[in-house]
Amino acid sequence: MKKLSKEPFNLIISGVGGQGNVLMSLLIGRALVNQGYFISVGDTYGASQRGGSVASHVRISEHTCYGSLISIGHADVILSLEPAETLRMLCQFGNPDVVTITNTRPIYPSDVTSGHAIYPKIDELLKLIEKLSATVIVIEATDEAFKLGNPIFANVILIGALIGSGALPLDKRSVEPILKENFPKEFDANMAAFNKGMEFAGH
Amino acid sequence: MASIELDAPGTTQLLLGNEAIARGALEAGIGFAASYPGTPASEIMDTLASIAKGMGIHAEWSVNEKVALEAAAGASFAGIRAIASMKQNGINVACDFLINLTMTGIGKGLILVVADDPGAISSSNEQDSRNICKWMNIPLLEPSNAQEAKDMTKWAFELSEELDTICIIRSVNRIGHTRGNVKLGELPKREQRAYFPNIWNMFDPTLSKFAAGPFPWLHNMLHQKLAKAQQRFESAPFNWYVGPDKAELLIITSGASTSCCTEAVKELKLDHKIGIFKLGTTWPIPENLVEKQLSRSQKVLFVEEVDPFIERSVMELAANLPPDSPRLVFYGKRSGHIPSYGELHPDVVINMIVDLMGITYQARDITYEKKAKELSMIIPGRALNLCPGCPHRATFWAVKNALQLDGRDGFVCGDIGCYALGFAAGGYYQSRTMHAMGSGAGVANGLGNLIQFGFEQPVIALCGDSTFFHATIPALINGVYNKSNFILLILDNNATAMTGFQPHPGTGMTGAGEQAISINMEALCHSLGAHVEVCDPFELENTTAILLKLMAEVGGVKVVIMRRECEMVRAKREKRFPYVVHVDPDICIGEACGCNRVCTRVFQCPGLIWDREAGKSKIDEAVCTGCGLCVEICPEGAIIKKAT
Repeated sequence: MKKLSKEPFNLIISGVGGQGNVLMSLLIGRALVNQGYFISVGDTYGASQRGGSVASHVRISEHTCYGSLISIGHADVILSLEPAETLRMLCQFGNPDVVTITNTRPIYPSDVTSGHAIYPKIDELLKLIEKLSATVIVIEATDEAFKLGNPIFANVILIGALIGSGALPLDKRSVEPILKENFPKEFDANMAAFNKGMEFAGH
Repeated sequence: MASIELDAPGTTQLLLGNEAIARGALEAGIGFAASYPGTPASEIMDTLASIAKGMGIHAEWSVNEKVALEAAAGASFAGIRAIASMKQNGINVACDFLINLTMTGIGKGLILVVADDPGAISSSNEQDSRNICKWMNIPLLEPSNAQEAKDMTKWAFELSEELDTICIIRSVNRIGHTRGNVKLGELPKREQRAYFPNIWNMFDPTLSKFAAGPFPWLHNMLHQKLAKAQQRFESAPFNWYVGPDKAELLIITSGASTSCCTEAVKELKLDHKIGIFKLGTTWPIPENLVEKQLSRSQKVLFVEEVDPFIERSVMELAANLPPDSPRLVFYGKRSGHIPSYGELHPDVVINMIVDLMGITYQARDITYEKKAKELSMIIPGRALNLCPGCPHRATFWAVKNALQLDGRDGFVCGDIGCYALGFAAGGYYQSRTMHAMGSGAGVANGLGNLIQFGFEQPVIALCGDSTFFHATIPALINGVYNKSNFILLILDNNATAMTGFQPHPGTGMTGAGEQAISINMEALCHSLGAHVEVCDPFELENTTAILLKLMAEVGGVKVVIMRRECEMVRAKREKRFPYVVHVDPDICIGEACGCNRVCTRVFQCPGLIWDREAGKSKIDEAVCTGCGLCVEICPEGAIIKKAT
């Protein structure tokens, strides 16, 4: 078991209900438990399939299971499926040392569609995300996922980017069996998505 | 998910709290489990049902929580350990049986898991179900993490048998829906045989023990059981103290709040000054142990969700301490230090300790904090909405139009399920009432029987298919029998969709995945004497016309079954979209159209968005599920669908 850079290490996975943040936290959590870490994953439920903001709090420790909620300003990594949600999470849980990995594809809230609210332009949004992060990895995960045949693969692409970034004590070898176990029928497509994410993080 | 059936004692699995409870029940050797879906309890039965066949247990989604508890009790009477699980609203439904059950006692171990939802994240209400235990004299356990949830469940079965009474495990959102490391124990391997002790003795109800009745001494026996529970709790493994021998502040906590307290103390580096006493057995409280812990400090802070439950018990106990005891000062909900409602977060506890200890704390860099606060103002909110392709959107659209055309100020009595969004933008703000399961039709009974007081507004009640079986049928019978006047819409999407698509008596499938009789709801309603129509809500014009016709006809209870499968269920099965939909930019005339952007301002499907730069509507192909409904609502015919 590798030593963690921080105890506990706090990861937030955010997005919009239906994008797969619960699945992502489960996959990452299982891979970490296999390596001997203590994990707590707190998921937002209820709104999960109805277009609400959702986030999973993943707490990683060498010694104990922490509570399921990260306190204000205490995220070490924010991994996000939707850019406005990335900024939302940074505003709440970010700090000057936080590493951010974000998708670029917006999902427009109904208030934006109806004209009652404004969604910031994407390049402006990314600039604000940079302002609140120590490091940012920006990935057009949904566009890449479309190329792989299904926008849902954005979530596994982002897992690949997270592992590729080296922020967690996990490598491809430790995640591969978890993907195999969870996607017995669609393993190849998911592995391709994972590799794509690794590439984006410089691997 | 199936890792809970692993016969690998000593190995560690990442389990959801609800899976851990299911595993604990298996390690206790249950043979019977029953539940009705409800967040945050559903995964207990989801998990048990998925392994029931292989493990040789009976696991069922019952028609409602009262029947679930009754069924589990029946199994217990015949010598089979049984578990019933439900959300907070469910235990309310089960209460009548529950209080009678406490009078009779049980057979083999019987556990009820109630999952509360502090903050009402997925509920119509917030409540603290622990109060039921005090009311009904039921021993109560509260787990504080996944491992404890498993261990406590197993332990509770022993306790239940020792005391001869049902015991309650109270979970909350952040326990049931948190994954954590769980070290597995052994799965018992034993043959179980069920037999009901067929005894009747009029003069000694303790012999023929499964009948409650006018026997007040049974109430006294229950009090004795509770006294015994208190003794057992004095040495229970789930109560612990961490901190200095003598503390400046003693925190008393339980359940999910435990980690909020330990982390707050760690964050503030005050573990040499603050002690934490965590209670796992919270009714009755182990008085001797609590008294001992109270001697550690004169300042006591209670941190618990939702009501001041432990707080009141401890203050009651403190009132009985010897007169020469040091004076204790209590902080908590009563003093206004801890919020009287809502979910607790570590930050709430941090702020409270900072206040009580007179120290300062900065969660993060001040400049960063300022910037974060400023930027948070520009992020648009994200209101809940019905899923793209949801049949309920079509139903609400037809209801909205029909009520407008009818013009007599008709309205909707809403109910519990995905269609609870009837009071939000996604349901076009149509619902005017919402309370318990089946209450839409129940309330409509009264509203529809006010003609003699000049009431002429059309009343439309709605319920889902699972809610229909759960609690709407009695309201429907009452309406027919008592000559009320309303329309009941049954939004039949062939699943208990909101909680994870569980089967119900109308789906032709049991929880454990076996074929079952599918209860025919139209035949059932018809046999009750109601006028019944069935329609596909996606046929918007036809649906609107039927509603208008039924509103125009005076008198009686009319049922319209809005039948169309949940889009999530369909998509999971078919893995393809029925249509590819796009907006033709040459036909869409944007704001210039006289429709006031009905597609994007009113219709509100997440898959149909507004392209601000082009000034036209657009399909978001990453969100759209190709249902094609929006094609019907565009007056210009700019939305085009092509069959896949």
